[in-house]
Amino acid sequence: MDGNAAAAEAMRLARVQVISAYPITPQSPIAEKLADFVAEGSLKAKYVRVESEHTAMSVAIGAQLTGVRACTATSSVGLALMHEVLGVASGCRLPIVMAVVNRSLASPWSLWCDHQDSMAERDSGWLQFYAEDPQEVLDYLLIAYRVAEDPRVLLPAMVCMDGFFVSHTPAVVLVPEQETVDSFLPPYNPANLYLDPDDPMFVNDLTPPSDYTEMRYQHKVAFEEAFKVITEVQEEFFRLFRRRYSFIETYKCDDADVVLVTLGSMSGTAKYVVNELRAKGYKVGVLKIVVFRPFPADQIRNALKHVPVIGVMDRSAGLGAEGGPVWIEVSRALSGLEPMPKVAGFVGGLGGRDLAPHVIEKAFRNLIDIKEGKIEMRQGSKWIDVREDAMKIREVKVNV
Amino acid sequence: MYEMMTQAKGLVSHGISTCHGCGLELAVRHILSVLGPRTIIVIPPGCAALFSGFGKETAVKIAGIQGNLENTAAIAAGIRAGLEMKGIEDVTVLALAGDGATVDIGLQALSGVFERGDRILYVCYDNEAYMNTGIQASGSTPLMAWTTTTPGKKPVWRKDMLKIAAAHRIPYVASASVGYIDDLRKKIAKAKEAKGPAYIHLQTPCPTGWGFDPSRTIELARLAVQTRSWPLVEIVDGRVEITVKVDKPRPVSEYLSMQRRFAHLTQEEIDLIQQNVNKDYQELERMKT
Repeated sequence: MDGNAAAAEAMRLARVQVISAYPITPQSPIAEKLADFVAEGSLKAKYVRVESEHTAMSVAIGAQLTGVRACTATSSVGLALMHEVLGVASGCRLPIVMAVVNRSLASPWSLWCDHQDSMAERDSGWLQFYAEDPQEVLDYLLIAYRVAEDPRVLLPAMVCMDGFFVSHTPAVVLVPEQETVDSFLPPYNPANLYLDPDDPMFVNDLTPPSDYTEMRYQHKVAFEEAFKVITEVQEEFFRLFRRRYSFIETYKCDDADVVLVTLGSMSGTAKYVVNELRAKGYKVGVLKIVVFRPFPADQIRNALKHVPVIGVMDRSAGLGAEGGPVWIEVSRALSGLEPMPKVAGFVGGLGGRDLAPHVIEKAFRNLIDIKEGKIEMRQGSKWIDVREDAMKIREVKVNV
Repeated sequence: MYEMMTQAKGLVSHGISTCHGCGLELAVRHILSVLGPRTIIVIPPGCAALFSGFGKETAVKIAGIQGNLENTAAIAAGIRAGLEMKGIEDVTVLALAGDGATVDIGLQALSGVFERGDRILYVCYDNEAYMNTGIQASGSTPLMAWTTTTPGKKPVWRKDMLKIAAAHRIPYVASASVGYIDDLRKKIAKAKEAKGPAYIHLQTPCPTGWGFDPSRTIELARLAVQTRSWPLVEIVDGRVEITVKVDKPRPVSEYLSMQRRFAHLTQEEIDLIQQNVNKDYQELERMKT
C-alpha cells in the first residue's frame, strides 16, 4: 500500500471515533479511504464531511474534548488554513493526531512535495514525526497516538509524509493485528480538559498576563517529558511489533567523516548514494531525523560529535533566514563541540523537484570537497538544485 | 470540578461585567434557564465571552469552551459528533455567538453545520456591530447606522441571516428579541427539540454601541418589534409564522430617534427605511401562507 493507504489503515487500527476531513491533493485518498471504512462498517466512527480544513481541526478539537479519539489529515495550504486552530489544539493539550502529506505552499501554486507546510508549523506546539516510507507512516501514527495521549505529554501530533514520493508510492507494509494494536493503544481516556455535563468545566478562557507565561511553560515542559515517553513507547512498539525506531536513524555514521542530515523520503536516496560513494572509498553516512518536535539535539550531537563535516538538506526555503530551518537547528545542536564540525546547509527538492541520486551526490561531493580543503564552506544554505537561469524565468526583472 | 464562589439562582452567576443595560446578559440567563444544566456551550471571543470567564473563573455553571471567532459552529459540530459516538443523546450543544462571529467570519462554518444537518442549537445574539472591540460595523449593522468603521453612515444593507439560514432547509429558524422573553423562551424550548440544526437570531440592544439610556433596553427592543423593524418569526420545516403579530405598527422614526447611531438621518433617509420596513413585512406576510 502507499503512504496514504497506510495512514488510513493506522487510523482504523487506532479505532478513531471522529474523523473530520477536507480533500486536498495529495491527501485526498486518506479522506476517501476513511469515508469508505466508515461506510462499509469496518471502522465505527462518525465522519464529519467538513467545508474547510479550519473546520476539520475545529471539529477534531470539539470531539476530542468530549473524550473520543479524533483524527484528520491535510496538506499544504490546508495546513496553513488550520494554523490558528493548531494552537488551540496544542494549547488545550488535546492529543489529536493528524497525517500531514507534505506539499509546497502557494505562491506559486504547486501540487508537489516539499516541507514548507509543516516547517511553518514547527513552533505550533505539536509533536512532529517525519516518515520515510509507508511502513513508517503506519508505525509512526500508532506511536504518535500513544505518545500524544500519555498524561505526561498531552500534545497533538503530526505525522508527516512526502507528498507523492510517500503518499502515492506503493510499498510493502506489514499491517499489525488489531488485537496487538489494542494492547498497545488502549481506549482514550481524557486526563486533562474535557466537556462533560456531569463534571462541568469551562475550557480555554481568556488568560491574564499573570498566568499566560506559566501555561506556556507547562506546554514547554510537556515537550521535555515527550523525550522520555517517546523512548518508552518506541521500546514497547519494538517489543510488540519487532520494528525499532528512535528519534534519529543513523546510516553508516560510525566511521564517517562526512554525514548528510535528512528528513523524510530523501533519506532512502541518500542511503543509496552513501553505498555508491562508499564503494569508491569515501567514508560517508546519513543521519535521518525522525522526530523533529521535540527536536532531538542531544541525540544528533551524540551521533555526530566525531564527524568533521556535516551537511543538512532542507526541503524548505527558509526565506529571509540565513538558511533552511533544519540546518539552523542542527547547527545550533552541534555548536560548542570541540572540535567544532563544519555544518553546511543545502536547500533542495522544492515544489516537487526530485532529490534524485545525482543531486544528493552533488551535496556529498560538496561536503567531501570541504573536508579535503578544496573549497571553503559558505555561510548559509546552498541551493543545490537551482537552475542557472533562475533569475531569467517568468516575470522576475532585475537590474543587471 | 468547580469551586463555587457564590451561589447563583440559575446557571449564570450574579454580577457579570457586561455594560449597564446589556440585552445579552438578560438573554443568557433566560436561554440557560430554559435549556438546563445538560448543555454544553461554545462561545467565541466577543461580548458573550464575559460569560465564559477570565483566568480560572467562569460565570456559568455548565460545561463550555471559548473557541475562536470563526469556528463556533465547527467546534459545536465536533462536540455533537463526540457525544454521538459516546451514545450521549440528552445533551444540548449550544453555540452562542454575536453577529460578527455569525454573519461575517463564522458564516462558512455555520453553513457547513446547516448543510450537514448537525444537531446544534445556534443562537446569534445580534447587537448589530462588533461591540466588544468597540462598535465596528458588521454584516448585520443596519443601513445608515453610525459605527466607528462607518463614520458617516453604513452605505449598504445588512445581511438577511434568517433567509440565509432558512435557505439551508434546516428544521428550525426563528428571530427573537429580549423585549419578548416569553416568545424567546418558547423558541429556545422548541429549538432544543429540533432533530437537526436550529438557528435563533436574537436582537440584543446595546446601549453602549447604539447610544441610548441603559434603562431603556427593553423599551427599545419592544419598539423594534412594534415598528416592524425586527419582526418575530419562526420558520419550522420551511413554514413561516409570525409569532408576535403587529397589526398597528408604530412609525420607524420612533425607534430610530431613540438611538444616537441614527441621529444624523435626514427625513428622506427615515422615509427610505420606513418604506423598506413596510416592504419586508409585506413579503413576510406573503411567505407565511
